[in-house]
Amino acid sequence: MRKLINAPADVVSDALRGLAAAHPSLKVDPGTGTVIRGDAPRTGKVALVSGGGSGHEPLHAGFVGHGMLDAACCGEVFTSPVPDQIIAATMAVDGGAGVLHLVKNYTGDVMNFQMAAELAEDEDIEVVSVIVDDDVAVEDSTFTAGRRGTGATLFIEKIAGALAEEGAPLAEVAAVAREVNERSRSFGVALSSCTVPAAGTPTFELGEDEMELGIGIHGEPGRERVRIGTAAQIVDAALSAIDADMPLSGSEVLVLVNGMGGTPLIEQYVAYAAAAQWLEGHGATVVRRLVGPYVTSLEMAGCMISVCRVTPELVRLWDAPVETPGLRWGR
Amino acid sequence: MSTGSMDAGDFAAWIGRTAERVSADAERLTRLDAAIGDGDHGLNLDRGFRAAVEALPGDVPPGKVLIAAGRAIVSKTGGASGPLYGTALRRAGKVFGDAADVDAAALGAALRAALEGVQDLGKAAEGDKTMVDALAPAVAAYEAALADGSDLAGCARAAADAAAKGADDTVPMRARKGRASYLGERSEGHMDPGASSTALVLEALADIAESPDAGGSDAAGEG
Repeated sequence: MRKLINAPADVVSDALRGLAAAHPSLKVDPGTGTVIRGDAPRTGKVALVSGGGSGHEPLHAGFVGHGMLDAACCGEVFTSPVPDQIIAATMAVDGGAGVLHLVKNYTGDVMNFQMAAELAEDEDIEVVSVIVDDDVAVEDSTFTAGRRGTGATLFIEKIAGALAEEGAPLAEVAAVAREVNERSRSFGVALSSCTVPAAGTPTFELGEDEMELGIGIHGEPGRERVRIGTAAQIVDAALSAIDADMPLSGSEVLVLVNGMGGTPLIEQYVAYAAAAQWLEGHGATVVRRLVGPYVTSLEMAGCMISVCRVTPELVRLWDAPVETPGLRWGR
Repeated sequence: MSTGSMDAGDFAAWIGRTAERVSADAERLTRLDAAIGDGDHGLNLDRGFRAAVEALPGDVPPGKVLIAAGRAIVSKTGGASGPLYGTALRRAGKVFGDAADVDAAALGAALRAALEGVQDLGKAAEGDKTMVDALAPAVAAYEAALADGSDLAGCARAAADAAAKGADDTVPMRARKGRASYLGERSEGHMDPGASSTALVLEALADIAESPDAGGSDAAGEG
């Protein structure tokens, strides 16, 4: 394992110490693995808390700040945070208007956030949870744990964060989060495995001419292993899977071409060119787009495409100012 | 009639023995998880049971020992295994109330409560390729042995053997819960890491029940 780390057990806390040093506007506690907006709690504002396993940077800690999250809970690498972390973050950001938990649909995340929400109730903090499950690679959710939460998490954190920043009540912020989730789909492809620092070896091995289709964001293998294709073929596989599940023709869409951590930006732009052409050819109008590594899986190579069928109101909220380490515009 | 009992020291020893076994097997559990999950099960459980050992309170009844261990595991493990193992231990501990000694029947009731806790939280049934596939047959074997008049150590050994077989039986299954479910048919041919770690926990229980300070030998002492 060749990684820029001090010790496998210290990766998350060392990274959080770095985040704190680089972004003095955040309140970072490497001990509890929580990252909190410098100006929290804000009286009367609905607070957004998300989190999950580490290794997906900038998600989630890099999206804490004006117009997005109020707090992030950083679990061990690819391991959901524990209820203690989540309740600590929830109590730190509650400004009396309630707290929205944004939870990716992975068994461990759902269970730990559920336990934390019950603890918050004991503290008289109103918590509403929205589960993110945008991944179309999971074909039949009656025989699985349901669709995974992946790239659309970024859309939801941004759009719900913007509405909360405007002072909307908890029910409305939760409703827009659910709406974005329902309007979003994602599909990912891995061209290499990643190595979890504490494990020290790659999670899976791919042959030189192989790729994994339909991956999640934890280095776990995907839906099927196939021969590698061109960027255009990979993008076609991803967008066809999305389009089969949620027809895109006639829609205005927000698109994320997301690098998984080990794919250079030049390849992500190659993929975006193919995606833009594919969408235009299939009758969709791209009104907003984002290209870059935003929801990563350590150093895994590959990409994920996320699409949200937007409304003018969702576009307005997407365009609202945001100021976080990982996403910043308009301010 | 079954004989034998376990006291708080025995339950603390069980947690300690489990921590040792999990630690020794952490790499194997992680490899199992890498095959069909995300490759962190052994590491997480090792962290959780180490925390449980550190959190063991002195001079409290068995129920409080298990509740403290369960809380520590929830607080330190994360993932799905933290809530599931933590809830199992806390539910088991609650069954004991303030009793200073736990007999074979009470331990059986606690294991049943642990299974129900895991199923409430994880919504998994037998055949889903999860820890339930080790825990459910273990509880059934324990109850059958108890009905046959086995002592505590005999019941615990029956449970451990059934859990080990249950873990082996997960190999051909297709996962329907947890991360492995996303692999569909590709999850077949691999042992479920949660079932495997559950077998370790019950093996540790049988070891302690058979040890000179507890369970079966206690019964022998009573003559």
